[in-house]
Formats: sequence, structure tokens, C-alpha cells
Amino acid sequence: MGQTYHTSKRPDVNQAEMVGEAVRAALADAQLSIKEIEGVFFSNMETFEGIYLPDHGMAAEVGNFGKPGLKVCTGGTSGGSLVVEGFYMVASGLYDLALVIGFEKQDCGDTTAAITAAATPVWGKGATTGAIGEFAKAALSYMETSGAREEHAAMVRLKADQGACRNPYAHLKLGLKSVDEILKSGYLVWPLRLLDFCPQSCGACALIFASEKRAGKITKKPVWIADVEVVHQEPFRAGTFGDPTGKETYTQHVACERLYKRNGITNPRKDIDMAEIYEPSNWEEMSLYEHFHFCEKNEGWKMIEKGITEIEGEFPVNCSGGVLATNPIGATPVIRVAEAALQIRGDAGEHQVTKDVKTALASALGGPNWTVLTLLKRLL
Amino acid sequence: MVERVGIVAAGQTKYHPDRSDVNEEELAYEAIKQVLEATGLNLSDIDSAVSCSQDFWDGRTISDMNVQHVVGAHLGHEDKVAEDGINAVYLAMGHILSGHHDVVLVVTHMKESQGEKSLIENAAFDPVLMRPLGLDFLAAAALQAKRYMYKYGITAEQCAKVAVKNRSNARNNPFAQEPMDITVEDVLGSKILAYPIRLLDTKPISDGACAVILAREEKAKKLTPKPVWISGASNCYETHYLGDRDLADCDALVKAAKKAYNMAGIKNPLRQMDVAEISGEYSYQELLWMEGLGFCGCGEGGKLLDAGATKMGGKMPVNPSGGMLAGNPNGVGGMTRVAEAVLQLRGEAGDRQVPGARVALAHGVTGICGQHQCVMVLSNK
Repeated sequence: MGQTYHTSKRPDVNQAEMVGEAVRAALADAQLSIKEIEGVFFSNMETFEGIYLPDHGMAAEVGNFGKPGLKVCTGGTSGGSLVVEGFYMVASGLYDLALVIGFEKQDCGDTTAAITAAATPVWGKGATTGAIGEFAKAALSYMETSGAREEHAAMVRLKADQGACRNPYAHLKLGLKSVDEILKSGYLVWPLRLLDFCPQSCGACALIFASEKRAGKITKKPVWIADVEVVHQEPFRAGTFGDPTGKETYTQHVACERLYKRNGITNPRKDIDMAEIYEPSNWEEMSLYEHFHFCEKNEGWKMIEKGITEIEGEFPVNCSGGVLATNPIGATPVIRVAEAALQIRGDAGEHQVTKDVKTALASALGGPNWTVLTLLKRLL
Repeated sequence: MVERVGIVAAGQTKYHPDRSDVNEEELAYEAIKQVLEATGLNLSDIDSAVSCSQDFWDGRTISDMNVQHVVGAHLGHEDKVAEDGINAVYLAMGHILSGHHDVVLVVTHMKESQGEKSLIENAAFDPVLMRPLGLDFLAAAALQAKRYMYKYGITAEQCAKVAVKNRSNARNNPFAQEPMDITVEDVLGSKILAYPIRLLDTKPISDGACAVILAREEKAKKLTPKPVWISGASNCYETHYLGDRDLADCDALVKAAKKAYNMAGIKNPLRQMDVAEISGEYSYQELLWMEGLGFCGCGEGGKLLDAGATKMGGKMPVNPSGGMLAGNPNGVGGMTRVAEAVLQLRGEAGDRQVPGARVALAHGVTGICGQHQCVMVLSNK
């Protein structure tokens, strides 16, 4: 696996050159040459950069020239879709070695304008506010139903920032010392503060998937994809993000329940060792703890209050700093998988969790609250 | 391949210059409805869906949100491919061979009528170095046509013959947008769009959708008495910058075809296959792609056409449906080729049927001067 460093602006490189950095890092990690790669698969949200068919444009720099491949594109979940589709292509026997690459260079375009263009054109566009408005609604609804306070959201950022400061690739490294500092940041849309939300990052992350027979020859520490699950739903129903009625079915519930059942996971807090989840806001992280059944309903904020999801905690979540610190959208879910795999390999360096990680869960979130899950294991 | 993947149904809309009477979802459902009815399946029977659309063309970020309601994605699996739709069929094949899904719905939609073709295509070129030149796919294709004609002595008449053949074939295809009874003179007398490409050398602006259902072997046999098997498939990227390529050749297509043929056991494509559906947005491309597909040697596409091999009743009828030239949207065209190949192999192609077709080729193309090529070999045995 390989990733670029992540930051707001990369005027020093174009899109293709930036992606090339992640690809070279992944090839170096696997000690492979691009010649050995059989297929190259991409994820990117092209309206965010305003570049049509971007996978075509980087054929020479990235090395997909002369090779099979294609690009998938499903919003925030793009990188999750990519991991799933790349996994299928190798599991199918069609490929023994596939390179999957997620990337986004958000300094090229206007992401919020593009997200606003996701709503149905006739009646939806006037009512959308990009991602911030949706997650403010979700935050408010979570606050109202769970009893969580703004202090708890701030604790999530503090944990994320401590992780980011230990992660050489993370984007926002703020060096925050206290919850009070975070509670001083201004509101974007109440109750969502600037430090409650993820940044716009430029960056790329590449993974190399190998068939079982090849993996053992390439590395002594392969990380296995045990299972995946994709759950979509119709766009923009009321309550898609955050449900004050308590009657909505969340894609997260459906996805994790299916995945857990297939893999004999009865108590996720015990059967899984850590998670890297796609949390666009502090509030969403607490909400996702509940959706993925890491705790009981309305108790997500208690997990952060008790330090359970800290790096040395009983169930570490997003020790990399997560999406709150780093968000190159097309790459973001790929980074979740990469970071979970690093933890299983024991190669996460300063942000390696204290406990031994044998099983990890990576999630993606996007579109009208779609969910993609990847279950990773040290041993199958 | 250990197990075979079957196509159990194929559906397409009639292609039309302007479907402002429907939105994308309604358009896609016109095709989806056909494959559901043909198989007796409900959307709840679909294990996963692969859609294909372009956010730029739909004018909508995450354009697959357009089709969630009609692909069974209510709390289900859907993923979107952003190339030509034939690649969505390829990906769906992976869904089944991986053992994770038994029945996969594939759909692609496109309303070219609501996009600004030249502007969108210009956005595929390098933003700093190439876009200011005003290049779009037509201008780039004109460069390719000129280079191809110059290098191999392909004539404007030979290109025009492709347009005549395809629009004439389209008269037998109820889905075709532009069936026409035209002559080589008509093509050569039509307006120049970008020299040497003339109006009748290109496809019209088109709206439409296409859907297929794939199933694992056992399931496919239960769903239809006439499954069509994908016996080989691959795709390949060409390099991007036009100056890095000899535009008279199509190395990516050669590679994609080689892989697909190896999987399908095809050594002599002209002899072992009975019919081909090839995506060509411009008339010269059908000749050039036939060379890449190994139907003839480099520069011999015109000769193969002149010998009558590719007409109906010839050794290898190419585009009995009329192909993209008779009107398919880009992004849909390659999957339409799959749907047409399926009809041929089921013996359901009506007046455009190639008698006794057993093995068919479907080809799709995405991007500038055929930068991304996909080849699929299908068989009914």
C-alpha cells in the first residue's frame, strides 16, 4: 500500500503526478514493478476537479497505459466501491495482481459546488447545501436523541488530532491540547463547528491486491480481505442523514448486520479489534459507533467520554486521525482500508494501537448515506 | 474460467435525438423493465447492480443516484462504472465469478441531448496544455482519421461506405435512430464537421438506455432456455497524449482483443466468429478497429470492407444493427453492442439476424481516439 502526504493545495504537481507518488509508494512497499501489475482500477469524483475521464489522462504517469482497468465513481463511497470491485476482480480469477487507486485533488475545483449538483435538478438543487448542511442536520438530530453535548464532539476532534499528529501522512495536524480550544472554533452551520468537520484534502492512496497464490510470495505479511458489503438506498429522503423520528432504516445497520452474520461476529467490540471509519464530522463518529453496534443506541458519546476508542483504548477507532484530519474524497475510503491494514501488519509506527490487531473493520460513507464495509484479517 | 457467466436477458430503448419527455431514471427503467419481464425476476431478486453513467453528461455529481430506485438498490448493492457501459458488463462478470453474487443487473443510460458535447469532451484533455487548443473528441478524431488515411491509403470513399452500410443495416433494426437509404455520394456531399470527417461520417446526438442481466451458469439455465455465455473479455487503456501515439494504430485494442480471444480460445477471429458489433463514433473507426481486432492486417480495413466481408451475408457481418453511426449515445454504445450480440446469438435479431450465429464479438470504446477499449466474445454453446 502507498499514499501521498495530504494537504489543502498541491500546486507543485498535477493530478497525474500526485497519483504517481502513491503508486510508486505502493509498488515500493510490495517490491513490485509496474510491469507486473495486471490491471489498474481507479476511484475519483471527477466533478470535484472538473476533469472528465481523469483515469485516461494519467495513463502514462500512473502506468495504466497498455493495461486493463476502469474507474468507479459513487460519491464519498467511491473508494469503498473501488476496494470492493478490485477485490471481486481478483477473487474472480480474472486478475492475480491488481492496483487500486483512489485520488482527489480538490485544489483543482470546487467540491461543495459539485456536491450541491448531486441533488435532483428539478426540485432538489435549491434545497441542498453541500455536505456541511447535511451533517449539521445529522449532528442536531444526534444531539437531540442521544443526549450528547458539544463537549463530546470536541473530544472526538481531540482524539483525531492526536492521531493525526502521530501519522506522517495526515493533513490537519493542529496540535490541540484541550476540548476548550475546539469549543472556541466558529460555527459553520449550527451545531457544526469548523473543527467538527473534515477538511478538503489533495491526496491519493494506492493498494495492491494479490490472489492467494501470489500474495504469499510477495509479502510475509499479507492482510486478507475477509468480506465486503455494499448497501445503497434511494437519494435524499427526509432524514437520510440524521433521523429525529427514529423510524429510518440506516444503511449502516443493514450493512454491518449482513457482514457480521456472514462472518460469525456476534459481539463486534470483541470479535473486531479496531476500526477505521468514514466520519465526516465529530458527531457522525459517535453516531457511527452506534450504527455499527460498537455500543448500544444513544451511547456513542459515552464511548468517547470513557476513552474506549482512544489509541490505547479497548476498541480503538481512527487512530490515523481519520477523515476529520484527512479527506481526499476519492481516496478517503481507500485510506481507511490502508490504515486498517497497517494496523494488522503492525506497521502503523507512532499511531500503532496498543493492542494486537488481528481483525479490523473499514467503512465508507457517501452519496445519500450509502455504506461500504471491508472486513480485514491477519489470518483467514 | 472455472464457471461460466451467462447473459439471460438484454433490453434497450429506441434511440432518439431528444428524450426530454423522460428523466434519466425513467429512461433507464424503459430498458430495465424489458429484462425484468423477460426473466420474470423482480428487483428484489437482483443480488447486485452495476450501473454506468457519466456525471459530466448527467450534469449531476454521483449520477448513479439517478437510477437507485430502478436498479434494486434499496438497501442493496449498486456500483457505478465511469467508462462505456460494456465495462460495466465486464465488472458484473467479476461480481459473479468472485462467487459473491448470482444475479447481477447492468444498466447504462445517457441523454446526450441535454449536454454540451464539445465542452464536456474538452474537459477530458490536459487542462493546462491541451484544453486551450479547443480540442474535443471530434477534432481529435479528425486528426486520427487523417493520419490513418495518410499512413495506409484508406480513402474517403471507403470510410463513406461504412456509413452507408451501417445506416442501411439500421433499416432492419427497430431500435435504431437513423436508418437511412444513402449513397457514398450522399456521405461525401454532406457537411464537413472537422476535415476529413463529414456529418454522415459521424453519429447523431442520441438519448437512450440499455440493460442486461447476468447470472451464474446454473442460475442462467433456469432463467432462460437461451442463455448467452461470456467466453472472453478484457479491456485496455491507451496512452493519453495524442503526440505520444501513432494514431493510425490501436495498440490498446490489440491487447484487449488478445486477452479476450485467449480466454475464448479464438485464434482466427474471422473464421471462428460469426458476427461482430463494433463501436465506432466515426466511420473510419470501424475500419481501424477491425484491424485492431485482428480481422485483417494493419491498413487492410478498407480492403476487407471492399471485399464485402463485413456486409450482411458476408464472411463477418459487422454491425448488422447499424452500430453507433445509426445513433447510440456514447457511454451506452458499447453495451448496446453486447445487447445486439445477445439477440444475434439467441436468433432473435429479426430482419438483421445473421443466420446460425454461434459466436459473436462486442466491442466498446471510451475517450479520445479510442483511448480505452473493451472487447467481449459471446457464444450460445
